[in-house]
Amino acid sequence: MSDARDNQPQWDLVIESKTPLFRLNFRELWRYRDLLFLMVMRDYKASFKQTILGPIWFFIQPLLTSTVYSVIFGMIAKLGTDGNPRLLFYLSGVILWNYFSTCLNSSANTFISNANIFGKVYFPRLIMPVSVIISNMLRFSVQFLFFGLALAYYIIQGNTAVHITWVALLTPVFILIMAALGLSMGLIVSSLTTKYRDLTHLIGFGVQLMMYATPVVYPASELPLKWQQIIQYNPMTAVIEGFRYAFLGSGTFSPSMLLYSLGITVVLFFISVIMFNKVEKGFMDTV
Amino acid sequence: MTTLNQHTVLQVEDVSKMYKLGLVSTKSLAHDLNRWWHRTRGKEDPYLRIGESNDRASRGESDYVYALQDINFCVDQGEAVGIIGRNGAGKSTLLKLLSQVTQPTTGRISVRGRIASLLEVGTGFHPELTGRENIFLNGAILGMRKKEIASKLDEIIAFSGVERYIDTPVKRYSSGMYVRLAFAVAAHLESEILIVDEVLAVGDAEFQKKCLGKMGEVSKGQGRTVLFVSHNMQAVKSLCNRAIYLQNGRLKSDGPAQLIVDQYLSGYDSMETTRQYKNLDSEKSVFLKSARCLNTSENEKYMFTADEPITLELVIHKQHPVRGVFLHLLIRNNEEITLLETDSKEAGYAFIDTDKEGDFISRVTIPSRVLRSGRFHVTLGIASAQHDPFQIESLDSFISFDVLADKTPRDARRVALLSTILDWKNV
Repeated sequence: MSDARDNQPQWDLVIESKTPLFRLNFRELWRYRDLLFLMVMRDYKASFKQTILGPIWFFIQPLLTSTVYSVIFGMIAKLGTDGNPRLLFYLSGVILWNYFSTCLNSSANTFISNANIFGKVYFPRLIMPVSVIISNMLRFSVQFLFFGLALAYYIIQGNTAVHITWVALLTPVFILIMAALGLSMGLIVSSLTTKYRDLTHLIGFGVQLMMYATPVVYPASELPLKWQQIIQYNPMTAVIEGFRYAFLGSGTFSPSMLLYSLGITVVLFFISVIMFNKVEKGFMDTV
Repeated sequence: MTTLNQHTVLQVEDVSKMYKLGLVSTKSLAHDLNRWWHRTRGKEDPYLRIGESNDRASRGESDYVYALQDINFCVDQGEAVGIIGRNGAGKSTLLKLLSQVTQPTTGRISVRGRIASLLEVGTGFHPELTGRENIFLNGAILGMRKKEIASKLDEIIAFSGVERYIDTPVKRYSSGMYVRLAFAVAAHLESEILIVDEVLAVGDAEFQKKCLGKMGEVSKGQGRTVLFVSHNMQAVKSLCNRAIYLQNGRLKSDGPAQLIVDQYLSGYDSMETTRQYKNLDSEKSVFLKSARCLNTSENEKYMFTADEPITLELVIHKQHPVRGVFLHLLIRNNEEITLLETDSKEAGYAFIDTDKEGDFISRVTIPSRVLRSGRFHVTLGIASAQHDPFQIESLDSFISFDVLADKTPRDARRVALLSTILDWKNV
């Protein structure tokens, strides 16, 4: 590029064998923003083609899961809910965890499920996982609205245990952490799975295990004190507990915990981008 | 050969692409652990023995293979460059590097403008989405902006010729319609450099012609650069003004398309393994033992010019006493259209009419300038009225040969299936 000959044309693109360790080409991503948008639309449309209920499934899924949890963890296992109505408690946990886990799972499959298309055309590879994150965000927003309606119902009914706190203003931060954490962990797995397919079999189990290590089906306060400290190292703990504190007024919230989660997320994000960069260029030769 | 100047849109410098063999086949941690275990005990890698060969056909010593080695060339704006070479010569690897699908091992590729590649049409089509939705999606994948696609939507739909189905999910499309739509999107892409790889192998003849026309228009009319990889030498000749010939990953020659294509084709016979048909054992009472194509000087050959007569030699083996055996030949082109039918009985010639057993050799000659250029496949029937069933043997496309364009100015631009010279007279 630095060749200073007079007749040297201005190159728009130089393909070389080396790539920098960390490369996030925002200009390029921006140029492909229409693709990002169309991918999101594709995910959305394709998931409801040939269904009768269509987007209503957005509500049914978390509702059913929350009901099942209420029966199993609430009624049978008799786990507490910090004095909150069971439905609200589980619903909040389920929609948050669903968002995080689908982000993780789908970005973990980036390379393998898109190998076909990646092998033929170049576009910023990051578009694929990011589009999934966004289309899941769409789903999460609808579910969140549903949660809001349920919350409003309980408040109007005069349920005194439930109250919204100022932490609700931090909701965008919670969502951002979940999205970035899911994306980063997914990308790391995805970068590893181009060579070691074994991890793909492990990931489903791993995510499930992580759910039980996160206060989704139980409040952190139910745990023995020692365990409570251990579980705080899980970056998702602060998100779910914080979210419950924000909207249900139960659970714990500490700014330092949230900062810790944010820090872990940023570190993982950088690691994932480095790994993604490394794999992105050569994966077609190994996948 | 073009050198670097201000019109250069693509410069490839010392590009090599190396693939590690053996390692590629390893997909699991288990294999890697096993390899590590072997290595720590000082034993040889148990997986390296897989796929060692360098040249596709011969065994090699190295674990590494150069799919491309020291490739250098420049392409100017508006040039239509054909990239030719045998299977495994590195054509597809080169295109993959150019379209950034994979990275070169060494060297540098510099590009001015946008590159759009049509490595395989229909990439990113989602079966559940309608044709219209897929046009947008596919266009965006190829690097188009949404409004750019919207402004060309009508044109794309018209070109594809699937108007009626445009709001139907593409999973209900026939494969031909699918390809038509996909090519239509790509052909309307406004990129400075268009890379096309063998798309013309699909679609019917009419659509292939349309594609070739569009590509010609793109390179000649709009001044855009086209890189075209194909085994269809006629298409390369008629579309491209320049060709690059790759052989075993190296650039063998680079020059005017006509010249390079001829060079490629002349070297083809010697390089190619024989296409002779052989079958030594059969339960049939009469069967085809071997077959080959010959030129006028009785040399075995499978690549003819249209000005040469083509002789087909058939060795028929008879192992049971059957009399009155006739031969029947069908000649088909690549599009499965039967062009020619000939029956030895009609020529008043019963091929085997004796009680003797053993080999019988028959030759039949297709005169020069009967067929136009293309690849042809021969189907044989062996029959006898004195045999039950009547048809003794039937072999579909057991041998094929190529006819290259004749040397007249009309050359590859012929539209008919035959280009026979007929008897013209003044009366």
